[in-house]
Amino acid sequence: MDKILIPRGLQRTSFGNFLMWILPWTAMLAVGVYAIYLCLAEGLFHTNMDNRFAFGIWIFLDLTVIALGAGAFFTGFLLYILRRKELKAVINSAVVIGLICYSGAVLVLAVDVGQPMRAWFTFWHPNVHSMLTEVTFCLTCYLIVLLIEYIPIVLKNRQLRQIPKFLVFEFQLHKLMPVFAGIGTFLSFFHQGSLGGLFGVLRGRPFAFREELGIWPSTFFLFVISAAAAGPSFIMLTTWLVEKITRKQLVKPEVYKFLGKVSGTMLIAYVLLKSIDTLFWINSTSPGNGFPAFEFYATQSFGTWILFTEIVFFGLLPALVLLNSRLRENRKILLGAGFLVCSGIMLNRFVMTIQTLALPTLPFDDFLTYSPSWEEVATFLFVVAYGMLLYSLTYRYSVIFPQERELSQMNGELSQQEFADGGSRRPFWQPKFVTDLLNKFVSTKL
Amino acid sequence: METTADKKYKYGMVIDLDKCNGCGSCAVACAVENNVPPALEKMNKRNGLTWLNVSTVSSNEQFPKSESVFVPMFCQQCEKETPCMTVCPQNAVDVDPTTGIVGQIPQRCLGCRYCMTACPYHARYFNWWDPEWTEGMKQQLNPDVSPRMRGVVEKCNFCHGRLHAAKQKAASLGNREIDPLDYNPACVESCPNKAITFGDLNDGGTSVAQLAKSENTFRFLSRLGTEPKVYYHSEKKWVQEMAEKSMTRTHVANEPAKEEYHG
Repeated sequence: MDKILIPRGLQRTSFGNFLMWILPWTAMLAVGVYAIYLCLAEGLFHTNMDNRFAFGIWIFLDLTVIALGAGAFFTGFLLYILRRKELKAVINSAVVIGLICYSGAVLVLAVDVGQPMRAWFTFWHPNVHSMLTEVTFCLTCYLIVLLIEYIPIVLKNRQLRQIPKFLVFEFQLHKLMPVFAGIGTFLSFFHQGSLGGLFGVLRGRPFAFREELGIWPSTFFLFVISAAAAGPSFIMLTTWLVEKITRKQLVKPEVYKFLGKVSGTMLIAYVLLKSIDTLFWINSTSPGNGFPAFEFYATQSFGTWILFTEIVFFGLLPALVLLNSRLRENRKILLGAGFLVCSGIMLNRFVMTIQTLALPTLPFDDFLTYSPSWEEVATFLFVVAYGMLLYSLTYRYSVIFPQERELSQMNGELSQQEFADGGSRRPFWQPKFVTDLLNKFVSTKL
Repeated sequence: METTADKKYKYGMVIDLDKCNGCGSCAVACAVENNVPPALEKMNKRNGLTWLNVSTVSSNEQFPKSESVFVPMFCQQCEKETPCMTVCPQNAVDVDPTTGIVGQIPQRCLGCRYCMTACPYHARYFNWWDPEWTEGMKQQLNPDVSPRMRGVVEKCNFCHGRLHAAKQKAASLGNREIDPLDYNPACVESCPNKAITFGDLNDGGTSVAQLAKSENTFRFLSRLGTEPKVYYHSEKKWVQEMAEKSMTRTHVANEPAKEEYHG
């Protein structure tokens, strides 16, 4: 029933199949909405955060998704500023993922703060010394940039393309894209960095505190570089996932290899700088504040293994793999390395938020533990569901991968009948009899 | 960032741990003075509101050598690089340059809790619940202090309501300066053992300034460089060593210390 909305020459699953696909995500979204309602209407006592564990799973996952969404700015930078044309194949996907990650993070932040209606106070009474002020300003501006970058993708819809004014608008926007890519890179540099600075400036938390380089703590730069390493890997993984779900080739193999190479290059730089930073912190910063660094790892479950895992297993190992052109030829190894990179970023953000708060500061403090409440988990799952829905809708009704049409024809995936139907294939997760039943139902009832 | 460079007063405290018997009257007086709502049944020591929290710290030695001290912990009024003030995104934390008191502006607070993360003394509290008082208790609220709403952070401010009252009294008498006897935080007044001494640290003639400089007086986490204005005093060697030690060094040498809740 929605064939008139599906871009010409592209193959999409039937409307019934699509409904089946979005149903569980919509259900997850609904549970998330209820959890958000509880937190906003009744209070944050619905969470398991407390006065000592003032940041929890929301901040940890916000930092993670913002790092993973960095593919949007870094791909834009490489494509529009450094003119790496290979990335044109994934730039739309990077923008959609970036938009999902950033808007999702902002939404969760709005639930996380006690007085979300006062968010504008930061613009009215800004404390220029606070890293959070920098984050708020840059995040807001960059979200607007992402929305502008998302408009041309929406305008690729078959029906919208029939409106001449939209075509002109899209054309003009495309001409301006390098400007937005430049602004996006500038803003992302600052907010990714400031997110790292959030913890690096915490003089009262010697586990997180780092010396300043210029006016920023070293974590500022580490967060920028690590996000630039994780972003391309995450695009690689999500593109592969979309290919698996749709059972179609969407980009050429060279794109994967190039993304892997970019990720590996940034990661090796990150591992080097992170190692120097850690050594300086162990030998100078932390003991200078009265806390011998290895005592942080003597407590409970957070041993030195966590440091080793972060730097070697999730850092050096995937970096070496991604920098080896022969290993990049193997798709499984390439994706495996990309998965390790993303896991490493996740672990780093976990260490900076959760481990920092779990460790004692006063001599008579205890080591703290925290586990999120169902409302906290459901609120975050809301973002996952929202992301899946937005990506699915954009994929179905627009053109996310420019090489898709060409590759479909090359691979002979699209029969004449499927082309005429706008495509109707059985998704990988659905048994054949369900597909047949759904198609029958849709064709008779709808 | 030096926050009290040009001020006239520098209010601070010295708490004699050898005199404190952990009765908790300071915590109760603080709550009553500052309209801190009573704890709800579902609250615990980690999510309740206790501007002043008394912890019990043990020497962890075998009986009969075993000893313990009670450590009242609240905002330490950091003077230098005040951790909570520098991180607040919307200037909801300020340091009064004329008194050195670190204040909180709940009406401007976003409730992001970044200041709580920044505070090494865990002296900041978030209103996870709506504040509730029974009808009778509402009649006893202090008219000089605004109750806070759900979703904002609050903390000790050396009883700013009392400071304002002292200033008003001085103005009504035609004086520009307050009488030191008119301004004492509630915890100082309520301590039955007179373990807390309060006053102007800049005035060398005051008891507090002399005690702060005396032998066996120390500050917690002094190596962080935030120059707190709350000092602690104890003649006991193990207490002084405990204050100097950082976290696990205490725990590695002895058994984990127990913390007691006086909410």
